[in-house]
Amino acid sequence: MGAAQLPSTEFEDTDVGGALIEGIAPVDNLVQLLGPDGKLRHDEKFSPYLARLTPEKLRSFYSDMATVRRFDQEATALQRQGELALWVPLTGQEAAQIGSGQATEPQDYIFPTYREHGVALTRGVDLSQLLKLFRGISNAGWNPKDTNFHLYSLVLAVQTLHAVGYAMGIQRDQATDAAMKPAAVVAYFGDGASSEGDVHESMVFAASYQAPVVFFCQNNHWAISVPFEVQSRIPLVNRASGYGFPGIRVDGNDVLAVHAVSQWALDHARSGHGPVLIEAFTYRLGAHTTADDPTKYRLAAEEEKWRAKDPLVRLEKYLRAENLADDAFFSSVKDDGDELAAYVRKTTLAMTVPDIRSSFANVYAQAHPLVAEELAWFENYAASFAETGTGSAAGNETGAP
Amino acid sequence: MTTMTIAKAINEGLRATLATNPKALIMGEDIGALGGVYRVTEGLKAEFGADRVMDTPLAESGIIGTAIGMALRGYSPICEIQFDGFVFPGFNQITTQLAKIRTRSSGQLSAPVVIRIPYGGGIGSIEHHSESPEALFAHTAGLRIISPSNAHDAYWMIQQAVACPDPVIVFEPKRRYWLKGEVNTASPGLDAFSAQVLRPGTDATVVAYGPLVPVALAAAEAAEQEGHSVEVIDLRSISPIDFDAVTASVEKTGRLIVAHEAPTFGGLGGEIAARISERCFYALEAPALRVGGFHMPYPVARVEEHYLPDIDRILEALDRALAY
Repeated sequence: MGAAQLPSTEFEDTDVGGALIEGIAPVDNLVQLLGPDGKLRHDEKFSPYLARLTPEKLRSFYSDMATVRRFDQEATALQRQGELALWVPLTGQEAAQIGSGQATEPQDYIFPTYREHGVALTRGVDLSQLLKLFRGISNAGWNPKDTNFHLYSLVLAVQTLHAVGYAMGIQRDQATDAAMKPAAVVAYFGDGASSEGDVHESMVFAASYQAPVVFFCQNNHWAISVPFEVQSRIPLVNRASGYGFPGIRVDGNDVLAVHAVSQWALDHARSGHGPVLIEAFTYRLGAHTTADDPTKYRLAAEEEKWRAKDPLVRLEKYLRAENLADDAFFSSVKDDGDELAAYVRKTTLAMTVPDIRSSFANVYAQAHPLVAEELAWFENYAASFAETGTGSAAGNETGAP
Repeated sequence: MTTMTIAKAINEGLRATLATNPKALIMGEDIGALGGVYRVTEGLKAEFGADRVMDTPLAESGIIGTAIGMALRGYSPICEIQFDGFVFPGFNQITTQLAKIRTRSSGQLSAPVVIRIPYGGGIGSIEHHSESPEALFAHTAGLRIISPSNAHDAYWMIQQAVACPDPVIVFEPKRRYWLKGEVNTASPGLDAFSAQVLRPGTDATVVAYGPLVPVALAAAEAAEQEGHSVEVIDLRSISPIDFDAVTASVEKTGRLIVAHEAPTFGGLGGEIAARISERCFYALEAPALRVGGFHMPYPVARVEEHYLPDIDRILEALDRALAY
């Protein structure tokens, strides 16, 4: 395929709502409530949602976004200093994550990808525990049952099916327990994962059974180095109609719009009307991971264009213009962020390397002769080092991975 | 004691599970009104309703993936994969997700999904309908894999699989679905993960599972005519393997032959031979021998009789073992 047939985003106009590829019509239903200039836009369906937001709630959108961005910086620094094997930055996607996460209720259940640090914050997960995965301490630093925030999934799109199955379980629970609070499931995925078969199958299942699930796609435009245009020739949101449920494309850098749209979608799902697809149109301002180098595949000019749409900047403008927050507020948010960063750093450096015996313990729930035999062998092997005084093979040391 | 076919025994086992476990549900392709392509689930939808006996969209990854989600919500899904050769769209969900959820969550989560897969050849079918992929799953830690060979085990092992807190794949010997046998519905006898000596012997041990168990028994019968006493072990569980039972037998007989339909290369027979060689080195009178399929895609139906281990192939191996 020649370059003329496969346009690269760096040469295209990627304005929000604009045509991505010549010949493809722009989406006319992009929901935006707060523009990059910090001024409100009117949307007949979703503007009324703003009226329900207290000043405190609006400020919490900002403080959550700022907090998780500061956390992101600290985690990136920890990786650069050799304390984490890898980090997956979210900078640029704060509004999509905080807006949707804050729209969920405690009884809802969240299936994240591996980048939903902002959603984790809104669910009450101790952010330092996210780093256990990236430090090689644990594949799950948190118990999903505590916050209904599931483990990160690194195999792309698998979690979308788990989300639909979980939602099918909720349907059955509701059928037998009328007193149960209506609940929904949010399945996060990205534009890259949208090409996976599991996303297709999950949408087929969700539609067939009218499962209470919200598919929340953060279209951050880049699947590592491959631009969105390679994943889809049409706006992703248009796929929803093919499955037979509503799809909404929202300005993913506008926390007010994301929150409103997510609330609508979650209500829709909880009240038995079936699934919804939300495409949050956003941008990954940083690298895919700390092992990635975006300078090899995209222009700085494109990043600059998206920096001008920064979700934090526009909300700050709005809060200041409306006298909803002052210097003292922004200063305290910054201080809180620094405090969290210090806590995360301290907690990370103090993380203890687990004993490999714990790995033997969790392969099966029920006793398993092969695992028992291999553990017994390992115990003997480890003990043989202790006898000769040459140290332990079992580990249990602290320090960097 | 009642006499029933293996297919009916599984059907009754599923019925008993659905009746006693309100969280159990069955899902798969064509399992509702049709009762499955082998009629194993016949009548269950009418009895328990479409929410508990669920015809799914035609998507194996979707079946396993949504079953995992339902299990996380507290349900006990029993998935039917229509044929062995069609499990692979679900392979990713089974191996990267289902098998690992307990380990990945440090023991906090579990997904006790049961997956039923009719497997094996000998039915004269077209391609992708006669395969034995059990070794691909046995290599994956976190899964348990069992295969009943008779009606009694079929009735109980499906219920034991659902009761097990770990994910279990039940490989059902499809060419034996219509094999009748006595079922004691009052008592299972063994747990699902123990091997069973079906016929005692002193000269050699033949280990088989699933569809080859009747073949192994017939071979032992034929060997007896020639004056050889062959012990036959029905492995029943492929992961874990009851090595203690095999060890006890080989310590006595000194010879081991493992038979399965799956290709010998990389198959369970190699694993059993290696472990038993290590455990029973001084008792062995001959190297452990394997009888299995060839290193080729499952052949066309008109020649499958030459691919499938039969009585003579087992007897040929027995002769070789006895010649040492």
